[in-house]
Amino acid sequence: MHVHFLDPYRQRSSPIHRLDPRIKLILTLAFILTNALVPSGAWPVYILLLALLISAEMLSELGIGYVMKRSALALPFVLAALPVMFTMPGASLTSLHIASWTLTISQPGLERVISVALKSWLSVQAAIVLASSTSFPDLLIALRALRVPRLLVSVFGLMWRYLFVLVDEVLRLMRARSARSGESGQPGVRKGGSILWRARVTGNMAGSLFLRGIERSDRIYMAMLSRGYDGEVRALPLPALKPYHIAMLVILLVFFALILAFAFLVWG
Amino acid sequence: MILSSTLPMHIPDGFLSTLVSLLLWLMSIAVIAYALKRVGADLGERQVPLMGVLAAAIFAAQMLNFTVVGGTSGHLMGAAIAVILLGPWAAILVMTCVVSIQALIFQDGGLLVLGANIFNMGVVGVCVSYFTYQTVKRLLRGKTWGIFAGGFTAAWLSIVVAALATALELTFSNTSPANIAIPAMAGIHALIGIGEGLITVGALAFVNATRPDLLNTESKTPAGGKAVWVGGLLFAFVLAIASPLASSFPDGLEWVAEQHGFLETARDPLYKLIPDYLIPGISNTALATILAGILGTLIVFFVALAVAYTRRKRSV
Repeated sequence: MHVHFLDPYRQRSSPIHRLDPRIKLILTLAFILTNALVPSGAWPVYILLLALLISAEMLSELGIGYVMKRSALALPFVLAALPVMFTMPGASLTSLHIASWTLTISQPGLERVISVALKSWLSVQAAIVLASSTSFPDLLIALRALRVPRLLVSVFGLMWRYLFVLVDEVLRLMRARSARSGESGQPGVRKGGSILWRARVTGNMAGSLFLRGIERSDRIYMAMLSRGYDGEVRALPLPALKPYHIAMLVILLVFFALILAFAFLVWG
Repeated sequence: MILSSTLPMHIPDGFLSTLVSLLLWLMSIAVIAYALKRVGADLGERQVPLMGVLAAAIFAAQMLNFTVVGGTSGHLMGAAIAVILLGPWAAILVMTCVVSIQALIFQDGGLLVLGANIFNMGVVGVCVSYFTYQTVKRLLRGKTWGIFAGGFTAAWLSIVVAALATALELTFSNTSPANIAIPAMAGIHALIGIGEGLITVGALAFVNATRPDLLNTESKTPAGGKAVWVGGLLFAFVLAIASPLASSFPDGLEWVAEQHGFLETARDPLYKLIPDYLIPGISNTALATILAGILGTLIVFFVALAVAYTRRKRSV
């Protein structure tokens, strides 16, 4: 089995896919920053941002359902923000009675929790559109354009190339473990031994994975050397940006700034 | 699902305030820039293949799990094992790569808060692991089981301190009340850390049996390793001190308690081993809180050492 399903990139020929990766990355980051700066409780602004996102999702031909399904990933973390609902001082809305406890929901607390959840949901959607409409080599170009050190970008590239190989390796290790751990058909009979034994086996698997990784990196290094690698990371020069892409970038950035200014004037 | 987060530690966007996110970005960038320089000097031209493949290996190893009870399972974060195999600077870069790819491609953690996630798992996790591993190993004077005791403590402490850092960031961003977030995060990760520690020991045992040369790098302390050691010490102590300080603010649960009088019903929460994090008999509140923090760190450290010594007795 091979794990190409890991790659979130979906090949389409939409305007979003054709957009220059540098512009796309900057716009995504600007969107997330704008979203982060919108004051808590500015609901119409969140709806406006959601509308922007949904139009991008429709333009990208990825399908709203696909993005929504993936965006559920960040939801469990909302748990971390829930207690604020009860602890933020302010006008109380309603009280919950659980056994002998009384928990009072305060209005600013509730607003804060919903804002945090909305913000994180919007940001995740933007990141999904970026990752699903940009191939990994294009993302590397975008990172280099953002002045991420060339060495780090080439490590990213190499990591990506071998990620699939090593995940395959992990799947093989896990298949070998389940083949050997004597799973019983009877319900209630645990496979494998005690917890400590299972932890040790898993640890040994991790150790063997790292050793295979280190040995593989030796072979890769030899192969690179034999092809003329001298420690210098070279990369093609970045292609020039088209003027209409730059114009679009500027217009959208100004638009984001206007949204923010509006949000601060009304709700700030 | 195979992509789901292994630890409740990858903060998504929206949970940290912009100021906190940007400050942590700055700190992470400074550390990464220095680490890049160091690794370039240490590894030379081998660095790209070695770090690339090991970052992929850590990413893949995070998928390995073992059932604990029912539906829960033990996982690996990998900061400790990366430090032990690669040294501190390369480990910082490898963890940075892993966390960045998780955020950029798999939306496991946000992009604006990526700096914070790199800081927690890459910088704090790696520094604390390095400090703990080196200290325990040195205290045990190069015995083989010192590698395992050091590995377990390093893995456990790195998870707990990284979780404390996460909880503090959430608190400073006004997203979670300190006196709930800090004990909850520390408590959950004190358990998760045991899984991390066990897997790390298993991995080290395997490496020690097949390639012991990779673990016996006693002779050459990496340049700048002292800085990481001190950094780890500072993180462990600052977080152990700052966390109780922050959670003694009367903002969160206590505010509700004062308003609604359930202070009587909730007098002794499980996590308050030292009452209100204060040592009775010392009048200065701040001083007492700091002392309580230091005491807590020392207790954890000595419990870990004691566990290590009992292991030795059994193995003799």
